[in-house]
Order: sequence, then structure tokens, then C-alpha cells
Amino acid sequence: MNRTSFRKLLAPSVAVLALSLSLAACGGGNSADEASADTGGSEASGDYADLSGELAIGGASSQESAQNAWMVGFGEVAPGVTVSYDPVGSGGGRENFISGAYPMAGSDSYLDDEEGELSGATETCGAEPIEIPNYISPIAVIYNLEGVDELNLSPETLAGIFAGDITTWDDEAIVADNPNADLPSEDITPVHRSDESGTTGNFTNYLSQVAGDVWTAGEVETWPTEAGGEGGKGTSGVVQVVTDAPNTIGYADASQAGGLGQASIGVGEEFVAPSPEAAAKIFEVSPRVDEGSDVNYAHELDYQTEESGVYPIVLTSYLLACQTYDDEATAANVKGYISYILSDEGQEIGSTEAGSAPLPDEVREQAQAVVDEISAG
Amino acid sequence: MSTTTDLKTPTPDQLEPLMGGTLPRVAPLLVGVCSVALGALAWLLGLSPVVGVVVAWLGYVLGYTVWSRSVEGSRKATDALMRTLMWTAFVLAMLPLVSLIWTVVARGLPVLTPQFLNDDMSGRALLGVGGGIYHAIMGTVMVTAIAAIIAVPIGLFTAIYLVEYGKNNRLAKVITFLVDVMTGIPSIVAGLFAVALFIVVTGDPLPRLGIGGAIALAVLMLPTVIRSVEEMLKLVPDDLREASYALGVPRWRTIVKVVLPTAVAGIVTGITLAIARVAGETAPLLLILGTARVANWNPFEGPVQTLPVYIFQSLGQTTHFKYGEIWTDRVWGAALFLIIIVMSLNLVARIIGKAFAPKTGR
Amino acid sequence: MTTAIREPEQQQELPARARTTRVGDAVFRRTALGAALLVVGLLAGVAIFLVIQGLPALDASGEQAYGKPSVWSYVGPLLFGTILSSALALVIVTPLAIGLALVISHYAPSKVAKPVGYLVDLLAAVPSVVFGLWGIAVLAPRMVPIFDWLNDWFGWIPLFAGPVSNSGRTLLTASVVLALMALPIVTAILREIFAQTPTTQQEAALALGATRWEMIRMAVLPYARSGMVAALLLGLGRALGETMAVAMVLSATGAIISFDVISSANSNTIAAAIANNYANAAGLKINVLIFAGLALFVLTFAVNFLGRYVATRGQVKA
Repeated sequence: MNRTSFRKLLAPSVAVLALSLSLAACGGGNSADEASADTGGSEASGDYADLSGELAIGGASSQESAQNAWMVGFGEVAPGVTVSYDPVGSGGGRENFISGAYPMAGSDSYLDDEEGELSGATETCGAEPIEIPNYISPIAVIYNLEGVDELNLSPETLAGIFAGDITTWDDEAIVADNPNADLPSEDITPVHRSDESGTTGNFTNYLSQVAGDVWTAGEVETWPTEAGGEGGKGTSGVVQVVTDAPNTIGYADASQAGGLGQASIGVGEEFVAPSPEAAAKIFEVSPRVDEGSDVNYAHELDYQTEESGVYPIVLTSYLLACQTYDDEATAANVKGYISYILSDEGQEIGSTEAGSAPLPDEVREQAQAVVDEISAG
Repeated sequence: MSTTTDLKTPTPDQLEPLMGGTLPRVAPLLVGVCSVALGALAWLLGLSPVVGVVVAWLGYVLGYTVWSRSVEGSRKATDALMRTLMWTAFVLAMLPLVSLIWTVVARGLPVLTPQFLNDDMSGRALLGVGGGIYHAIMGTVMVTAIAAIIAVPIGLFTAIYLVEYGKNNRLAKVITFLVDVMTGIPSIVAGLFAVALFIVVTGDPLPRLGIGGAIALAVLMLPTVIRSVEEMLKLVPDDLREASYALGVPRWRTIVKVVLPTAVAGIVTGITLAIARVAGETAPLLLILGTARVANWNPFEGPVQTLPVYIFQSLGQTTHFKYGEIWTDRVWGAALFLIIIVMSLNLVARIIGKAFAPKTGR
Repeated sequence: MTTAIREPEQQQELPARARTTRVGDAVFRRTALGAALLVVGLLAGVAIFLVIQGLPALDASGEQAYGKPSVWSYVGPLLFGTILSSALALVIVTPLAIGLALVISHYAPSKVAKPVGYLVDLLAAVPSVVFGLWGIAVLAPRMVPIFDWLNDWFGWIPLFAGPVSNSGRTLLTASVVLALMALPIVTAILREIFAQTPTTQQEAALALGATRWEMIRMAVLPYARSGMVAALLLGLGRALGETMAVAMVLSATGAIISFDVISSANSNTIAAAIANNYANAAGLKINVLIFAGLALFVLTFAVNFLGRYVATRGQVKA
């Protein structure tokens, strides 16, 4: 090869090199920073302004979108604090919370003592850990079926589809739920999470409670392989598969369900469509796990409720925190961050940016009272 | 062939034993046009365009082979058939690769603005305002550089040992074997190793630090570096070494002053290719680097973002009800930039190799 | 400095310069040896860490072993999926790579062959996550009609039994992506081998009146046979360990054994299962995943070793 062709090859690579060097020079300032000023002017900002330091937390990936929204919102009212939420999963979040690596964590299930987690956390914190439900979102049953805009599914039918017992769309059970729909005689492809997830845990918990004789695998976080079906990696994987492939049905956090059809689920005599409000309702009718505790606000969801207007398949995710911290700054930051999440502003940004259902006022007030007591020492 | 005794049915090539029948030069074109017409007809008859292409291809293969067989005989027909099959394999192989490049460029180019390259994911970027890959680019540069700093000296000296000192002794053989074994370490296993190592070192059940990713990449780089340097050192003629010894130059100075400079182009090429290879690695980094929204220059603490991991993690946000499309754009933009980085490293490597090639003495 | 002299019996009177020379040599030699030993240590480290962290997984069962009674019944099906997808990839890549390499080395005029060679080499550099993206966005939807066709005509083969997946994200699609990823490397090695065929033999064949294909069949392919096997085995090794592309493209049902590669019930591969589950794993589950990684390591090692063995044996013969 001759020299000129070297030069031809060289030019673009030099350009790229120069580009990356110039990037290194001008730094990672975000040009969007200016945009932040207009939203920060709420009354709450005064409380957070003097906080400073880092708050590295993590846990359930289901909370990721909401945590992203809160991190951004909190960053604007408390510019001194850098919060980072690492979506390592519920298990990792609990493990790191118990080991003390995370001052607070997000988890799709509350702490219990089946594997000694509650006592472990109690030991780390020096007192019973605080558990606050901070992220409630309906798990939508999404489907892709041409010509069917509305789909009603009774709990037994839903369980039958996902257990692999009901295999075609014009099955009698589905027809019985949807007498007016034009159901095709196509095979159903149920789509589930291929990774381990709290969404699967909540969904299978619901199925086993409302249709235990059809769904026999119980509450599991890893989809039971004997139930079959197609797998999708993460919520987005499930949503993508259902979007791309006709005749599929899946379950996913409603905030990521996009424009897909969402089935209404049978509760009592009616069929209820997923909505944040309908999801929050089940929380109101469900009992607390530990009524005697002042700091544990975990709820045992009453999936069998027949209350009107309740959407029963709900993902609840909890914030775990300690009542006391060794370090003054950590205590202040944790207190500030949770207070922000519970505040009107936090709830607002959580629901507009991440689709999280607003927490019931009663829970918020109780939780805020607990959070106010967080201290160092 | 001309001595065939059976004269009952003389085939064309028996009649013209020396020349053999030959198809006219326009024959491929002729058959080509006919088969394209056939394919178009199939398409017009309501079959899908893909079926049309398949019909055209079949028409060409069958038509040309049969014609060639009848005129030129079975040997030439086989030759023509094989030639067509080879080119078919060639096209089938290039088609997806070209499609891949085209897709990434078409979808990524509109996203690659200076702002996208200069922003990180701080501020309101997570809420769809601005946002970019600055931190991921810098993370890729840092982690890859540290991996190179670890792997290159070790690899270089190991190769020197193998070629200059170890000449076929038992240790050298064992090492050569182990290097072969290392070539086969799946990238995710290298990541698991780094995680397991840093669980022990830091006591943290979920370690998140840049150096861990760098070590995983170094494990993946080492065998490539050792092998390529070894090959290059072997190419240096022994005459050069002996001439140097004869002049009283000690062995280590011979290596540093004579052997290495002679092989430098090849060595640099090999190392650059190894770097390019690991710069695009995702799996091991996914396990240990965590998620970062801003550039983190401290490799010993805290998560670091790299481009491949950024792509993979952003993919999980592409179904967000509000910002899904923005995330999709980011995914393709980052993918294009990653390809640009890796390919330019490759080009640089090849240019170095070419430019200094005569020095290797071959 | 001077105290470091060894082997004094060889030369009693060393001039100062010679002494530093000896020291320099010793230091350099030891550095090189140290580096080499470090490599041995590193590999041993990889193996030891994997074993130490992987063995606790043998106690896992039930929820800890991802819903399987033991870690073996979790890793076993994954091993099956890994081997099946890689074997299919090998079947796909073999004719393509041989055709591509022969076109570049023997068929195309050098004006075409050279840039194509460069292009193929560059494609070896495309990161796997980009292959995965392309697989999801472009390839998978386009595979569905092909699957339908395969199912219609070859449904009697268990591999294509169906019912056909509507998303196209099946094991066969993953295998196609794996094949494309292995293609540049396999082609590069094959090209090298084909180019090394002695020109004299090729010219002799042509001079005797052989057609181009006959020349390739008689002179090139026999010469390159062991090299071809080695190249393909190395490509297989690459496909076995490939993670991201599979993790992204494949809609895995889980740790199941399914020969049907076009339906929506798909076996997962080890590497993809690790990548999928690692983010949410904690406690004993991490050990289970590391154990799966260990199994993969052993498998790739065996394949690569076989590849090297065939390659070196071929060299000796030639």
C-alpha cells in the first residue's frame, strides 16, 4: 500500500483521538444544570440546604426509576449531598444494609427472620430497623393481541395462562371473562422475567393466594421453569418481547408498560384496570405485618380483598433505614432524603417521572414521625 | 478423454477435445438477468421480496450449472457451481455485518452531538433533560488504561522470558500451555474472578471499584499480549542477537537495544489490538463496576461507568413510560461512539504495523 | 551492587563494567522470570478463587439454586444450552467462513480482496454489546419468517418442532449472532492458512489442467485440514464464552433442556445466565453463579485445548 492511503486511514483516527482529548479537557459539566433552578424553589429547600456529603445506597431495581427521580429532585434542593442508588437487587440491598455498607437500602420484601435478616439488621442498627413502603406500583398484565383493546381476566384464568394450562386465546375461560371480545384462536405465549425479581415474587404471591389450586408453584422470585413460557431480561425485556411479538401476555411494572394493552383483573364481582390510585387502595385495606412496631410499616398485602376499586397485583418496595447512626452527617442525610421522598414534592416527582403510586397520607404521616426521630449516637 | 471408445453419443467436449466447449463471456450476465427476471416475477406474483431473491438465486445456480454442464462438461460445471457457492457464502457473511454497521451508524449518528459527548448523567439527565456519555467515555479510557498498565509490562516480560531465556525449558512449556488456557477464559469468568478477589480483599460482599474491572480486563488482555509479543520476538533473526553478543554487549542490553527495537512495530500493533479488544468488553465490568452517573477518576473507590456497561444498563430504561425514546437514542449514540473508539484503535494498530513493518526484517 | 555477584568461579577478576553487566543481566532475567511466574500465579488465582467461591454452591438447593433441587440440576441444563447454541453457531459459521476466506484468498481479485479483508478484520472489533443491540433490533424480527419456513418444511426435525416464537428471540437467533461474532476470527485464521498453501503445488495443479475448484480441493484443502479444524474449534471456544450478545438476544425460559431452537421455550447459556442473574444475586446465589462460571471455564478450556492440540499436531505434520 502506498503512503496516501495511510494518510486517508490516519485522518479519521487522529480526529477521534483529538476529539476524546478535547472532551477530557472540557470536563463533565452537565449543560442541563441550568434547567434545575426553576424547580427547586419550594418551601422545603431550606431544610436541606445545609446538608452535605455522600449517600451511597442501593437495592431493588424495581425502585430504580423512582430513585432516579428522587435523586435528581433531592439533588436540586440539597445541592451539598450526592445520592447514588445502585440497583444491585433486593437481596444485595438487604445484604449490604445488614453489613452496614449501605446506610439505607431499597428492598422488594420486608425483613423477616427466616434467614436471620431482621435480627442481623437490628444488630447493625442497634435497634429495630425502620421499614417504610416508599414505592408502590401496579404490576400490569400486558398483552399484545390484535383487535382486542380491552381484556378482562379473572384470577383463575390469569393463573391458568401463566401456569401453561390455558394455551389458546379463545379458550373457554377467557371467553367467559370477555363475552364481547373478538378473541383469535392463536396460541398464547406467556412472557415472564428471566432474571430473579421482586416483580415475579409479588406476581406469583398474588397468583398463589387467589388461585392456589391452579398456580401451584407458590411464591417464587425465579420463574419456575415447569410453567414454561418465554423469558425477558428485566422489566424492559418483558415489555420489549410483548411489544414485538403478537399473541403474547406478560407482567410488568405499569410505569414501563408503555402503550401496550393492560388487562383488567377480576376483584370480587368487577374487573379493575391498573392505575396508581387503584394500587394504593390495596395498601389501605391491608394489615400491617407487625402492628406493635413503631418503626416497621411493612404491610401484608391482602390479595384476596373484594373491596371495590382495588387493583390487587401490586409491587411494594420498602426503604430500610436505621433509627440511629454513628455518624452525624449520615444521620442527617438519611433523614433528609427520606423526608424528601415522603414530602409532597417527592411524591409528586415520583408519580410524574416514575409512575409510582402516591403513598396513603396516613402511612406518610406515621413514617414521617419515625423519620423525624432518626439521630446520631 | 479423446480416447473414449464409446462413440455412440459424442458429447461436445469429446468433439472438441483440446478446446472444450466454452460458454460465451456474457453467459453469467445472461443467466443473471434471466434469474433476476424470474425472481421479480415471483415477487410480482405476490410472494415476498425475500422469496423473490431466493428464487432468483436458485434460478442462477441451476440455470448456469445446467448450461455449463451441457456445454463445458461436468468438471467446469462443478467449478462454476463452487464458485457461485463461494460468492454466496461471501455475500451471506457480509450482508449481516454491513447491516450491523449501517444500523448503528444510521441510528447513532443523529445522537452524536458535542453536547451528548460532553454531558454526563448528573443533574436532570435521568429525567430526560440533556444527558450524555462523557463519564462513560472517561471510565472506559481509565479502566482500559489501567488494564493496559497492568497487563502490558507483565505480558512483555513474560514473552521476553519465553523467547529469550526460557527456550523450551520445562517452565517455559508450562507457561506457554497456561497462556493457551488463559486465552480461553470466558470474559464473564474473568469478571467473576475479579469479584471473588475483591470480596476477599475488601470484605465488601458487593465490591464496586474501577481497579476490579481493570484487573478483569488485564486477565483477558494478558494472553493476547504475551502471544503477539512472543510471535514478534521470534521473528527477530538470531544473527542480530549473536552479532550483538560478539560485540560484548550483555544479554539484557541486547534485548533492550537490539531485539525490542527491531520488533517494536509488531509489539505495538499486538498491544493496541489487545487494548481494542478489551475496550468493548461488557460482561466482566457489569459485575464489578456498578452504576455511576458522573466521571469517577478514583479507581480504588466507588462505581465507574464505562461505555459498554452504559449501553447495557440504558437498554433496561428504553421502556420507561416517559423517557424510553430518549434512552433508546442514548443507547445507539453510545454504541456508535464505542464502535468508533474500538475501530480507530484497530486502525491505529494496523497503521503502526504497516508503517514500521520493514523493521522486523521480513 | 557488587555483593550481588553470583558464580564467582567463572571469572575471578571482574572489571567494574562487567560486574554491573552481570547484575543487570540477573535483574533483567529475574524480572522476566518474575513476570512469567506472575502469569502462572494469576491463572492459578483464577482457578483457585473460582473453586473456593464456587464450592459452597454444592450445598445450595431450592430457592438458593434458582428453584432447582441442587446446583447440578441448575448448571446442567445451562451447560446443555451453552453447548447447543455454540454447536449451532459452528454449523452456521463453517461454510460461511470457508467461503469468505476462499473468496478473499483465491477467488476475488486482489483489488476487492484486500479491502474486504480489512473490513472483516475490523468487524472482529465490534463489541459484543453492539452485536446484541443489532440482534434485538434488526435480526430477531427478521428471523421469524425464516423460522416459520423451517417449521413448515423441517418441522419433523426436533430442532424445528415449533411452535414458532413470535418474537424471534430464540436460541437459533442467538446462534446466528454467535456465528457472526466468531466469523471474523475464524475467517482471519483460515485466510492465513489458505494463503500458506505452497504456491508450487497450486500452480502444479493448475498446470495439469485442474479447474480452480479442483485445485482448491486437491491442493489447498488437504493442506489446510488440521488448521481448519483448529480455527473452528477456537471459534467454538469464543462462542461458548460469549455473554452479552446472548444475554441480550435470547429470551431464555430458564434452566431447561429444550431441543427446539425456534420456539419461545429456550434453554439459557451459562454466560448469559450469569449476566442476567448476577445483578440481583446475593448470598449463596453468588456462589451458585460462580460455580456455573467454573463449569464454563472447564468447558472452554477443554475446547481450546483440543483446538491447540489439533493445531500443533497439524504443524508438526506439515
